Amino acid sequence: MNFSDVLVTILNGSIIFATPLILAALGGVFSERSGVVNIALEGLMVIGAFAAAVVTIFVGESLGVPGWLAPWIGMLAAMVAGIIFSLPHAVASIDFKADQVVSGVALNFLAAGFALFLVKKLFEGAGQTTTVQNVFTKIAIPGLYEIPVIGPGIFNVYGISYLAMILVGVSYYVLYKTPFGLRLRAVGEHPRAADTLGVNVRRMRYMAVMISGALAGLGGSALSIAISSNFQHATVSGHGFMALAAMIFGKWHPAGAMGAALFFGLATALSVSGQVLGLTEYVPSEFLNALPYLLTILALAGVVGRSEAPAANGKPYETGSR
Amino acid sequence: MNKGNSKLNAFLVPVLAVILGMIVGALIMLAMGYNPIQAYSLMFQGIFANPYYMGETLRAVTPLIFAGLAVAFAFRTGLFNIGVEGQFIVGQLAAAWVGISWDLPPVLHAITAVLVAMIAAGLYAGFAGWLKARLGVHEVITTIMLNYIALFSANYIIRNFLKGASEGTKDILPSASIASPFLSNLFEGARINWGLFIALGLTLLMYWLLWKTTTGYELRAVGFNPHASEYAGMNVSKNIVLSMVISGMLAGAGGAVETLGVYGYMVISAGFTGIGFDGIAVALIGANNPFGVVLGALLFGGFSFGADNMQRAEGIPTESIQIVISMVIYFVAASAIIYRLLGVFRRRREEVQS
Repeated sequence: MNFSDVLVTILNGSIIFATPLILAALGGVFSERSGVVNIALEGLMVIGAFAAAVVTIFVGESLGVPGWLAPWIGMLAAMVAGIIFSLPHAVASIDFKADQVVSGVALNFLAAGFALFLVKKLFEGAGQTTTVQNVFTKIAIPGLYEIPVIGPGIFNVYGISYLAMILVGVSYYVLYKTPFGLRLRAVGEHPRAADTLGVNVRRMRYMAVMISGALAGLGGSALSIAISSNFQHATVSGHGFMALAAMIFGKWHPAGAMGAALFFGLATALSVSGQVLGLTEYVPSEFLNALPYLLTILALAGVVGRSEAPAANGKPYETGSR
Repeated sequence: MNKGNSKLNAFLVPVLAVILGMIVGALIMLAMGYNPIQAYSLMFQGIFANPYYMGETLRAVTPLIFAGLAVAFAFRTGLFNIGVEGQFIVGQLAAAWVGISWDLPPVLHAITAVLVAMIAAGLYAGFAGWLKARLGVHEVITTIMLNYIALFSANYIIRNFLKGASEGTKDILPSASIASPFLSNLFEGARINWGLFIALGLTLLMYWLLWKTTTGYELRAVGFNPHASEYAGMNVSKNIVLSMVISGMLAGAGGAVETLGVYGYMVISAGFTGIGFDGIAVALIGANNPFGVVLGALLFGGFSFGADNMQRAEGIPTESIQIVISMVIYFVAASAIIYRLLGVFRRRREEVQS
C-alpha cells in the first residue's frame, strides 16, 4: 500500500464514519437552537436504525422492490419513525414543562427497549435482524472521481453520505437565511421577545423537535443499512452521544457540527484501518481504539474552549410569562 | 399548595408513575400478543419466588445504588455525569490491582482496595471536572469520551499486567474479598455480599454531606444557581471539581464492590456493562435524593432481574420491562401529565406563581 492509497482509505473512512454523526448532530442543532435540549438523539438513532433495517428487509425481500430502491425506502421509514418517536419528548418538554434531560434519557431507554422488543417479536426471539441484503452501496461520481486521492476518497461514498453533506448546506440556509430559521433561533434565545412579535413558540419548538427526530432517524439508518447490514443492540452504541458531543463541539452550528463529526470520523477511520495500515505493529490496538476519544478531549481542551448553549436552551416556556 | 400536600405528591407522583408505566407496558405486551398479567407475575416470581432469587436480586441492585448515587450527586450540583460507566471501570480495575498485587491482612486489605478504587475513580472523574472548571469543556462530552478511554485502557492494563489464565485478571487474594458466606448461606448461595451495606452506608453519608454540612450547602447552591453562588462568594470552580471527584468516588466504590464481592476478578470486555447508564435512570426515578436512589435501584434492579424469568419461562422479551422502566422515568419527568390526570393540575396556581 503506497502513501496515496493510505490517504484514500483514511479520507474515505472519515466521511463514511462521520455520516451518521453529521445527520444526528444536525438534528441536535435544530432542536437545541429552538430551546429544547435533546439528549434523546441516541434513542432516535436507535429507532431510525431499527426501522431502516426492518423496512429495507421487508420491502426488498418480501415485496420484491428493486435492490437499489429498497434502502432508500428504509431510509424514509427511519425518518418517519424518528419523527414519531420525537413526539413524546416534544410533548413532555414543550407542553408539560418536563425536565428535558430526564425526558431525553427516558426516550433513550424506551427506544432501545422498544426496538429490541420488536426485533425479538419479528425475528423469532433472535437478538438481531437478519442480514439486510439490499444495503446502500458506494456511488462514484463520474468525473469528480477521476481527481487523484480526493476523487476516490470523497466522491466514492454512500448515497446517504452525499445526502448528509447536502443537508448541512440546507440546514445552514434554513437556519440563517430564512424567516423560519430566524424565528426558530429567536425562540431558543429569547422566547418572550419572539412571542411578543407574534411567533408561535410552541409550534416552532414542535417543528424543531420533529426535524431533529427525522435527522437523527436518518443518521441511525446510515448505521444499519450502510456502515453495517443489520440491527442489533450494539448498532448505535453511543453514536447519539457522539453526535451530541459533535453538536456542542461545533457550537450549535451546522458547519461546526459537520466539522466535529468529520473529526470523529477521521479518528474512527484511523483506529479501524490501523490493522490494515500496519499501525498495530507500533502501537497497541487498545490505544488505537481509544484514539478518537483521546483526540476529542485534547482538541476540546486546547482548541475550542468555552461553548455557550442557546440562551433559552432547556427552559420551558409558557405563553405570556416573563 | 400547602406543605403537607406537596409531601403527599412527592410520594404519590413516583407511585403513580410506576403504575402508569406498568399500564403502558401491559398495553404494548397485549398489542404484541403477550399476556401482561402472566408476564408481571413471572417477573415478580423472578424476584420473590425463593431466597436465592431474592439474594441475587439484591446482588443486582447493589451496583445500581452506587451508580445512582454517583449520578444523583453530580445532578444535585448541576453537573451531568454520563461518565459513571468509565469511573466504575476504573474502580473495578483499581480494586482488582490492589486485591491481586498488594499483600495485607484480611479486612484491612478489602477496605484498602475499596478506598484505592474510590480515589482512582474520583481522580478520573475529577479530571473531567477540572476540564470544565478550568477550560470550560462541557462535562457531558468529556465524561462520554473518558468512558471509552477507561474501557480500552483497562483492557490494555489487564492484558499486559494483570492477566490470569483466561480472558481476565488473576483472582484477587482471599484477604481482599468482601463476599459473605454468611449472607450467601442465608440466601441459598446467592452472590449477595457486604457491598450492599457499603452502598447503604454511602447513602447515609451522602445525605449527611449534602444536607448537614456547609460544603454540601455550597455544592447544592452552585447546582441551583452558579451565578448567584459566585456572587455570594462561593468558589464555583472548586465546587465543580469537588463534586465530580465525589461523584466518581461513589461510582468507583461500586466498581470495587463488583470485583471484590461478586466476581473476584475483572474480565477483558468488548463493551460497557451499562450499569453507569442505568444509574442515570435510577437517579432520576429517585429524584436525585439518596434515599430515593435506593428505592429507584430496588425498582429498576428488581424489575430488570425479574424480567429474565419472564423470558426464560414464556419467551416474553425482557425488553418489555425496559419499556415499563422508561415510561416510569418519562412520567416522573413529565409529572405534570400525572397532575393533569389527577385533576389537581390547577392553572390558577401556576399563574399566581409566574
